[in-house]
Amino acid sequence: MRLEARAHISTVDLLRASSGAVIAVLAVAAALVAAAGAPIAQTFGLMWAGAFGSVFALSETLTRAIPLMLTGLAATVAFKARLFNIGAEGQLYAGAIAAVAVGGGAIEAPAPLLFALMLAAAMLAGALLLLGPALMKLWWGVDEVVSTLLMNFIVLLGVGALLDGPMKDAAAMGWPQSVALLGDLELSKLIAQTRVHTGLLWSLGAAAALWALLRFTTLGFDIRALGANARAAAFAGVPVTRTMMLVALLSGGLAGLAGAIEVAGRTGYVTLDMSPGYGYTGIVIAMLAALHPLAVVGASVLVAGVLVGADSMSRSMGVPSYLADVVVASALLAVLTASMLTRYRLRFDRARKS
Amino acid sequence: MNAPVLRMQGITKRFGDLVANDDISLALHAGEVLALLGENGAGKSTLMSILFGHYVADAGQTEVFGRPLPPGDTRAALAAGVGMVHQHFTLADNLTVLDNVMLGTEGLGGLVTRRAQALARLQAVALRSGLTVPAHARVASLSVGERQRVEILKALYRGARVLVLDEPTAVLTPQESQSLFVTLRQLVAQGMAVIFISHKLDEVMAISQRVMVLRGGRVVAEAATASTSKAELARWMVGQSVAGLQREAARPRAGTAARLQVQGLDAAGGRVHLQQVSLDIHAGEILGIAGVSGNGQGLLAEALSGVAPRTAGTVTIDGEPLRASAQDVVQQGVARVPEDRQAIGVVGDLPIWENLCAEALRTPTLSRWGWVRRAQAQAYAQRVLAAFDVRGATLQRRTRALSGGNMQKLILGRVLQRADGQAPRVIIAHQPTWGLDIGAVNFVHGRLRAARDAGAAVLLISDDLDEIELLADRIAVMCHGRLSPSRIATEWTREQLGLAMAGETEAQPHAA
Repeated sequence: MRLEARAHISTVDLLRASSGAVIAVLAVAAALVAAAGAPIAQTFGLMWAGAFGSVFALSETLTRAIPLMLTGLAATVAFKARLFNIGAEGQLYAGAIAAVAVGGGAIEAPAPLLFALMLAAAMLAGALLLLGPALMKLWWGVDEVVSTLLMNFIVLLGVGALLDGPMKDAAAMGWPQSVALLGDLELSKLIAQTRVHTGLLWSLGAAAALWALLRFTTLGFDIRALGANARAAAFAGVPVTRTMMLVALLSGGLAGLAGAIEVAGRTGYVTLDMSPGYGYTGIVIAMLAALHPLAVVGASVLVAGVLVGADSMSRSMGVPSYLADVVVASALLAVLTASMLTRYRLRFDRARKS
Repeated sequence: MNAPVLRMQGITKRFGDLVANDDISLALHAGEVLALLGENGAGKSTLMSILFGHYVADAGQTEVFGRPLPPGDTRAALAAGVGMVHQHFTLADNLTVLDNVMLGTEGLGGLVTRRAQALARLQAVALRSGLTVPAHARVASLSVGERQRVEILKALYRGARVLVLDEPTAVLTPQESQSLFVTLRQLVAQGMAVIFISHKLDEVMAISQRVMVLRGGRVVAEAATASTSKAELARWMVGQSVAGLQREAARPRAGTAARLQVQGLDAAGGRVHLQQVSLDIHAGEILGIAGVSGNGQGLLAEALSGVAPRTAGTVTIDGEPLRASAQDVVQQGVARVPEDRQAIGVVGDLPIWENLCAEALRTPTLSRWGWVRRAQAQAYAQRVLAAFDVRGATLQRRTRALSGGNMQKLILGRVLQRADGQAPRVIIAHQPTWGLDIGAVNFVHGRLRAARDAGAAVLLISDDLDEIELLADRIAVMCHGRLSPSRIATEWTREQLGLAMAGETEAQPHAA
């Protein structure tokens, strides 16, 4: 069995591959629901209703989508340049901590200025966190997958130490959580009586900005060229080191921003469980979106819908909400397989015997 | 003489329009060293790849010990007793010598490795062949010569009775080469049959009994080594000049200052280092650099293109020093045509217009405040596509979809018709027509000539002597990272070029 590159990719092939991917995901989910002993159609219906069926459901889905969009964009820009940043989770926490450090009452300033400072500090924290692994990759060839992944554990332990030490909220009755963000700095709600906040606008703005950067600027060209063929890019005069540094700052900054927006829009303070793996899910979203910034918006709403819908469904059906993780994971595998099969065709050779 | 151990009959192999092997027949007897001589692209490697089952021939058959070898089956070739020592070693650095030798000789299913038996057998093979290598040393700790011995041992361990050595001395010191020859003579005395691929004439004369010369995929000569000479071999290898009628009269412009001046240039690369390379090219002149590829030409092109760092020496264009980075070098008016157009020349996954604009994108002509001026950039790209007749191209199409010839036209267009309207001052063209069909070759040659006539100083690096003789006003030869003094093209004979390419330095054309 071997893979053979297709000379030409037709629209029919693309349609066939993507509908095949959707069917595969639904089949896996249906099999699991059946195994849990629940009626399949009703379970799917409840998931849909829980994710998109009402204003409240939709608002919950969008609330969940906000950090996912930002971490998805962080992964997108890094992966475009072949800088495999697996550390968005840690960068998100670093951004959240930096946001509270600036906006938790330690600095006296007018609210708009303090808000800008808070976002800047969060982005800087995330950016600096990725700068180290990027430099190690450039200078010594250290694999950034390993270094950024390990940084996550360091950051999480460091955040834990801060929350139990210098940044601990004395009024929290012993819980390891940070002081609360000043009320002036919290993001206002988009829809009254719901949790969805103006962080959504920040995320959409970031997606549009990243799309424009990649498409219309020389830096965007440098990033895409570097990712597609580093040697050819260097030959054509792309400043490789500078571009890689900027990508690291951008990617880490977006993940740091996700932390600040989460704190300012939803939690109000930092705890060690504020992110259920948003940084890692961002990678899945970036891949689902085929590294296209605007598609990241759709992919994160979709993934958020699956997560929120499964939560809601499991309460009434008794099917574990882990179904959501399976659906997201199989969606990623299905999309990757489908994209490979649009570019290559499988050939089966007869085993040769001499 | 007894029956041959290896017989290849009527081997023909085409890659598209290129005939890499054209009806080649070869016989090899036990106890014999056959030298396979030829320039790069003569078809030596293709022929050996067919023997070893990496390629399937379009026509012809191979017999080992009288039995036909199934085509395209490397395992069958190994089992039949054909062993190959590649120029680039295929050893796992992190394993020991014994592990490397055993690799692939044991079944996947077995849980126990028979290391003790393997060690005993390896030592027996080593004793018989006189190849001594510490069996438990890690390959990473061995010298290049020792690694080559491991490769040979690996082949012997698997019972090779036909041994193919692909340019074995290219990586060796002279002392290591001598010791390799001692080993080979010993193996041959024990009945081994050896195919020795090389383009070094001295070695061919020293080690082989018979020599077969390939050129352009055909056997051009076959002779007993004793009955031939280095001069004759060189002539066979590079062929007769075909350029005589077509070439235009050289018009060296002595007197004026040189446009490109290189003085005592050193640069460090992978295997070859540039040592004290000096050259100068006047405006309106093409300097051709001939040589067997891998002798530092690539490094020279990279150093002048702002890709490889220069460690010593000066390079000036019209008196101003050449800057270091690729972008600055382009700014100074250097047009660069890289050797590997697919891997280095273009980013295949990006659209055609972006590749056309890649070098000039960061200049004010095509961008402002970091934003690409798309209208100007695409209009420029459209002009170049039309002017350079790039077929099958639309602005948005992925560049990978272009054929080799059209890709090369794209690169030529990018460097010769610059976005800022300047004419290039210096052109560095490395293998500009490699792998192209005749129409594209003529197009590239025409454009290079036109650029020369417009006043550019052209450095043409090529393996193809026909091309060098056709285009170059002066020729210098590169060997082992050193560049010979240049001569007017017509003062060189083919034989002198061939000898100089093979490193026979005494053959400078004084009496020509």
